[in-house]
Amino acid sequence: MSAIYILWLRELKRYVRSRSQIVASLGQPLLYLLALGFGLGPVFRKAGNGSYLQFIAPGVIGMTVLFSSVFSGIGLLWDRQFGFLKETLVAPVPRIRIMIGKALGGATVAVVQGLLVVVVCLAIGFRPSNVAAIPLALLFMALIATVFASLGIAIGSKLENMQGFQLIMNFLVLPIFFLSGALFPLTNLPKALAVVTSVDPLTYGIDGMRGALSGISHFGMLTDIGVLCCVALALIALGSYFFSKIQL
Amino acid sequence: MIKVQNLVKMFGDFTAVNSISFDVRQGEIFAFLGPNGAGKTTTIKMLTTLLQPTSGSIELDGLDPTRKQTEARQRFGIVFQDPSLDGELTAYENMDIHGVLYHVPHKARVERIEVLLKTFELWDRRKTYVKMFSGGMKRRLEIARGFLHTPKILFLDEPTLGLDPQSRNQLWTQVKQLNQDEGVTVFLTTHYMDEADRVAQRIAIIDHGSIVAQGSSQELREQTNTDSLEEAFLALTGSSIRDEKANSADQLRQMVKMWSNKR
Repeated sequence: MSAIYILWLRELKRYVRSRSQIVASLGQPLLYLLALGFGLGPVFRKAGNGSYLQFIAPGVIGMTVLFSSVFSGIGLLWDRQFGFLKETLVAPVPRIRIMIGKALGGATVAVVQGLLVVVVCLAIGFRPSNVAAIPLALLFMALIATVFASLGIAIGSKLENMQGFQLIMNFLVLPIFFLSGALFPLTNLPKALAVVTSVDPLTYGIDGMRGALSGISHFGMLTDIGVLCCVALALIALGSYFFSKIQL
Repeated sequence: MIKVQNLVKMFGDFTAVNSISFDVRQGEIFAFLGPNGAGKTTTIKMLTTLLQPTSGSIELDGLDPTRKQTEARQRFGIVFQDPSLDGELTAYENMDIHGVLYHVPHKARVERIEVLLKTFELWDRRKTYVKMFSGGMKRRLEIARGFLHTPKILFLDEPTLGLDPQSRNQLWTQVKQLNQDEGVTVFLTTHYMDEADRVAQRIAIIDHGSIVAQGSSQELREQTNTDSLEEAFLALTGSSIRDEKANSADQLRQMVKMWSNKR
């Protein structure tokens, strides 16, 4: 337990100490909220879907949690060769505990980052349908963070070089975001897109968060929680398997 | 303390380590020398559970590290060729995490961190972030950390690479001191023959994955009819330059150099 705790704490300390990074990482969500939220707002309203800002805010919060958590894991590529992680790989602690400490730390940081974006959303005019929604939204953030921190670790354990990192970014992480329904409603989609969105785990996270914050959910929040829990378990298993097999 | 028999590591059809055998006695300082790509780091990785051997046997303090990983890991400390400190944490925090991971009880941890940081002249800088440290200070911190859990064996993989003569000298003095005081067995690799000559009681020379000679510095000189260890080394391994193909780790290493102004 103490190993898990100390590694979790390490991730938090690193996060709190990198103030310039915290501010920098708010830039992208802010751009999405302002440029898309207000830019596409009139079109969205004309189509009879209400406020686009209300719609996109849970999506942007989900995006922040996704990027933050998945990159904490992919950072392994670097960390295992040139960083502190190498030190943990020869420590007399079962690898699964190292992986869990790292994943929990990355996930916690991602949730904190998501909460900051919630504050930004509130500041520029987003209003949740009721106040009790925030804890429920927090649960979805935590689930998204767990799923993608584990996925990141699975990938980071396997990646060999920086070229691989680019491939993962463009062919996995960005598609996960763009095909998740973060930016568009899931109703009346072309068949192919509907299929793709339904196999994207982030779809369920954002759908659940939208259900919590705006009261509109496509699949129903219970389905969302169920799917996310299953995917999380599968990815934790996969992540810890790959992590335990790391050789240098 | 370390017993290696017919150890082999193949990467595909390339034999990186070709049936090597050697013994390191308890309390000894043992140097493992060889040109680039000879198999030094691969051997260290196998000894320290980071790489599975293709065949052969290893014993660390009587334990097989491929089977009893956790127990074996508790018994050794290692300083890697590439730094493995967390730059965003302070020197003290880096030591403390190591102590927790190696199950050093709190009280003993606090005491021993203080002793070691003082030995390696880092106590005054314990609250400084490691990213602000010079290359020499980082190395000293890593070695201090390697000693924290009172290991029986300390592996040092080219610990003085990139350090100035002052830092190198100081580093070996401290390692020798701890070797005498605590009886820890030291297994080191280096490219500096004078260092090996000065600190190591016994030396093994590896080339193309095989051990070509082992013995004390004097024995190696006598065996090759040369006057210095450097000449003996060249006589045994030839003077052709080894051009290795860069692998992905080397490419990343290049990027580290590009992006960080300090080592």
